[in-house]
Amino acid sequence: MAAAACSCIRSPGADVFGKLSWNAIPWDQPIPLTAGATVIFIFLAVIAWVVIRGHMPYLWREWITSVDHKRIGVMYTLLGMVMLLRGFIDAVMMRSQQALAFHAPGYLPPEHYDQIFTAHGTIMIFFAAMPLMIGLMNFVVPLQLGVRDVAFPTLNSTSFWLTATGALLINVSLVVGEFARTGWVAYPPLSELRYSPGVGVDYYLWSLLISGVGTLMTGINFVTTILKIRAPGMSYTRMPMFTWTALAANLLIVAAFPVLTATLAMLALDRYLGFHFFTDTAGGNMMMFINLIWAWGHPEVYILALPAFGIFSEIFSTFSSKPLFGYRSMIIATMAICLISFTVWLHHFFTMGAGANVNAVFGIATSLIAVATGIKIYNWIFTMYGGRVRFATPMMWSIGFIFTFIIGGMTGVLLAVPPADFELHNSLFLVAHFHNVIIGAVVFATFAGITFWFPKAFGFRLHEGWGRAVFWLSFVGFYVVFMPLYVAGLLGMTRRLQHYDVAMWRPWMLIAAVGIVIMAASAACQVMQLVVSIRHRKALRDEIDDPWEGRSLEWATSSPPPAYNFAVLPRVHGTEPYWQIKRRAIETQQQSNLPHYEPIELPRNSPTGFITAFFATLTGFALIWHIWWLMGVGVAAAYAVFVWFAWRDAPVKIIPAAVVARLDRERRRARADWLARHPEGEEAP
Amino acid sequence: MRYVRASLPASLALLVAGCSHGVLDPQGPVGAANRQITLNALTIMLVIVVPTIVAALVFAWWFRESNPRARRLPHWSYSGRIELLVWSMPLLVVIFLGGIIWIGAHQLDPYRPIASSAKAFDVQVVSLDWKWLFIYPDQGIAAVNELVVPANVPLHFSLTSASVMNAFFVPQLGSMIATMNGMVTQLHLQADHPGDYYGESTQFSGDGFSGMRFVLHAVPSDRFEEWLTKVRQSGTVLDRSAYETLVRESENVQPFTYRGVEPKLFEAVVTQEIPPQNGPQHGRGGVFVHPQPGS
Repeated sequence: MAAAACSCIRSPGADVFGKLSWNAIPWDQPIPLTAGATVIFIFLAVIAWVVIRGHMPYLWREWITSVDHKRIGVMYTLLGMVMLLRGFIDAVMMRSQQALAFHAPGYLPPEHYDQIFTAHGTIMIFFAAMPLMIGLMNFVVPLQLGVRDVAFPTLNSTSFWLTATGALLINVSLVVGEFARTGWVAYPPLSELRYSPGVGVDYYLWSLLISGVGTLMTGINFVTTILKIRAPGMSYTRMPMFTWTALAANLLIVAAFPVLTATLAMLALDRYLGFHFFTDTAGGNMMMFINLIWAWGHPEVYILALPAFGIFSEIFSTFSSKPLFGYRSMIIATMAICLISFTVWLHHFFTMGAGANVNAVFGIATSLIAVATGIKIYNWIFTMYGGRVRFATPMMWSIGFIFTFIIGGMTGVLLAVPPADFELHNSLFLVAHFHNVIIGAVVFATFAGITFWFPKAFGFRLHEGWGRAVFWLSFVGFYVVFMPLYVAGLLGMTRRLQHYDVAMWRPWMLIAAVGIVIMAASAACQVMQLVVSIRHRKALRDEIDDPWEGRSLEWATSSPPPAYNFAVLPRVHGTEPYWQIKRRAIETQQQSNLPHYEPIELPRNSPTGFITAFFATLTGFALIWHIWWLMGVGVAAAYAVFVWFAWRDAPVKIIPAAVVARLDRERRRARADWLARHPEGEEAP
Repeated sequence: MRYVRASLPASLALLVAGCSHGVLDPQGPVGAANRQITLNALTIMLVIVVPTIVAALVFAWWFRESNPRARRLPHWSYSGRIELLVWSMPLLVVIFLGGIIWIGAHQLDPYRPIASSAKAFDVQVVSLDWKWLFIYPDQGIAAVNELVVPANVPLHFSLTSASVMNAFFVPQLGSMIATMNGMVTQLHLQADHPGDYYGESTQFSGDGFSGMRFVLHAVPSDRFEEWLTKVRQSGTVLDRSAYETLVRESENVQPFTYRGVEPKLFEAVVTQEIPPQNGPQHGRGGVFVHPQPGS
């Protein structure tokens, strides 16, 4: 082993491009080749369009180098949506393969099919769900806190671009080399050099190691922001629920992501330098990897789920025209989940032969999380009680979520019972369970959140009819795909099968394939919704910056908000500051007094993040292909960019008070007009 | 009430599954006990889950904006009594479930022998890339991708892996357990009735994973003796050199038997006296440069 490791370090010296050669491209496999060519074509076409139409300077100035949390939030969300589509295409291939591969090889050979399910899991968790949640947090949290930006704006931009680097590397593996064929948590020894000699696992490692740094920096950034930077009067127990859950999720990121980075770094040491952390031989122990990866992996579930709960809390309250029921009890439940989620990781491997005591303790700890989650569900239900419930699209998603998530939570607690898990572990029942909770919570929350905050970000609403179509197709499609998987799991069907010959499983695979067609229709409607909304943006314009009768501060500023968010930082007197401001305005039939405007300092745009990520991409690619000189260039250049950033002498730009006053007067005039047209007020109690 | 329709496939599905050959149709004491605990836990949870779902849908519908009869409480956001109720209900359920978890985890620990008057029947299991090797230490024979055992006798499996991790699972008999190189795990099962039971690996182990399936034939003891006689009369002996041939990667292997087996072969695999088997010799981007470890 040691000899082999040495030789793989030495041998690339013979070749400038390391292991890279023309054979790295799968010329013999038409599916990835066509897919890759299509993606490259679309990518080049978009770039060509941008350059020819002269949008490049705008794109560079307003987006790529932007350190504005709102712009970064939008870019994160866009990245997440594109990757969601990519991961969904993988899902379509998996479902169709399993529908066909009964007593037959299907159309995807194992070496390709194995890459697809690995890529599906990795992309969906790290590059779809995470960017979508972090994107919404980026956009919303500083607005809800009533402040101008996050604590470290340039770091925020760097985080985003490093995440994009990871996503890019994974997608490069589609055409240059291969992706991991190990499953998305890459258990050793299968993921060790001995059993996975190709570059697939290296793509997996470096894309997650690089994007993991970005995620960790996001965590630090948001914990600092929420703890240290809030509008005057915004005490902890006045923060909106979404901000609370964002705090909890980012605390989890800070605590859990270093574990992931360390674990993957140890696997990288095994693969690159002949270490023996997780090998079969020389004292390595793969069980250590499995413990460590889940010590990150289970909190990760809550890093995704907690902000989702926050989004639903905002929506239930807003669309019931009522304050959130049991606000303090919600905070306690959120922080309880935050803590307990670190004490349950072993339930991912009850079948690895730990003793009865260990299994029992972790089983009980797992079901305790259900208590805290249960509280949240009751509080949402009682938020609707006595309310004035409006069934706009975000509310449809939220009710669909409660229905779906309760079922998913129930099957989850079932799997926490060790004797049940002994039979259902790694089965399609498990697959159905975690899709039940992740789609039910995270995906539904994302779509609800995007519909909810889209008017704030762009100044116009999304088309309601198409939104409803997306909801119903996703909702029905979800059940048609995953209920059959529950059944197949109970019939003993394990996950990740490329082919099978048990006749009883077949019908369920066929039903699930029908379901994926329904979900594909919902994805198409999603795209249509965006197209139609943009075309009809005049009719869908959000005139008063508050399309849903919002209650927290993000609705107090204009849509889209100015770069500095608030002309004057709002003063907070309760849990629902904007609701109070509105009530006062309606009661007195006038707005608050004209404030005293002062010049505003804003951080300057910076290409630091983009350039660092560019060199990080080179470094990652070089490490994957053992191109050592390129790795040296990449690391040195990325470091140089940071030094250069630290040396710059004009970190802020000043917006004069006159400009702030002019922009804010326009906003106030729009409000005054609206108030004049609605003398009764928007809400008749 | 459009939501309710969507739950129909779920309940329908559970009904159908009840009369087929998965974990809900157990053929041994372990599987039966697992199923009992699963169904108990499910029932306990349904008691709280069903009313909750109904309440969510009913509240949303009744308090819709267009319902003139609904009583509006636009400022109501706290009630100590409801808080107490919603904290204690799930807590009580979980205390109850916790008891089931504790007792179940102990009674159905895979390492715990099955209480029986008959002596346990030993089988040693080695997962290979990508097939199952079953060694019968007391009978001195071995079989690949086929497991013939006497019915109504407790089975004691000792399991390991020659390479990567796998998991041994016969759905109708009950619990699964992982197989890992350099380690032995234990599993106790029993087939109450003669029959053919599907078995598989439930831990993804590489490209040939889907072909890692076998049939467990539980037969009456006289039939087992017949089978044993037949096996001893044909095939080859599984010694070190035969083992070296066997461990080479192969997929979708048809079942076959060995008429004899080298003593202590299983122990030699577990202690790594026979080193772990080599992995695949291909992999895009790997094949051109580095020599394979161990080659």
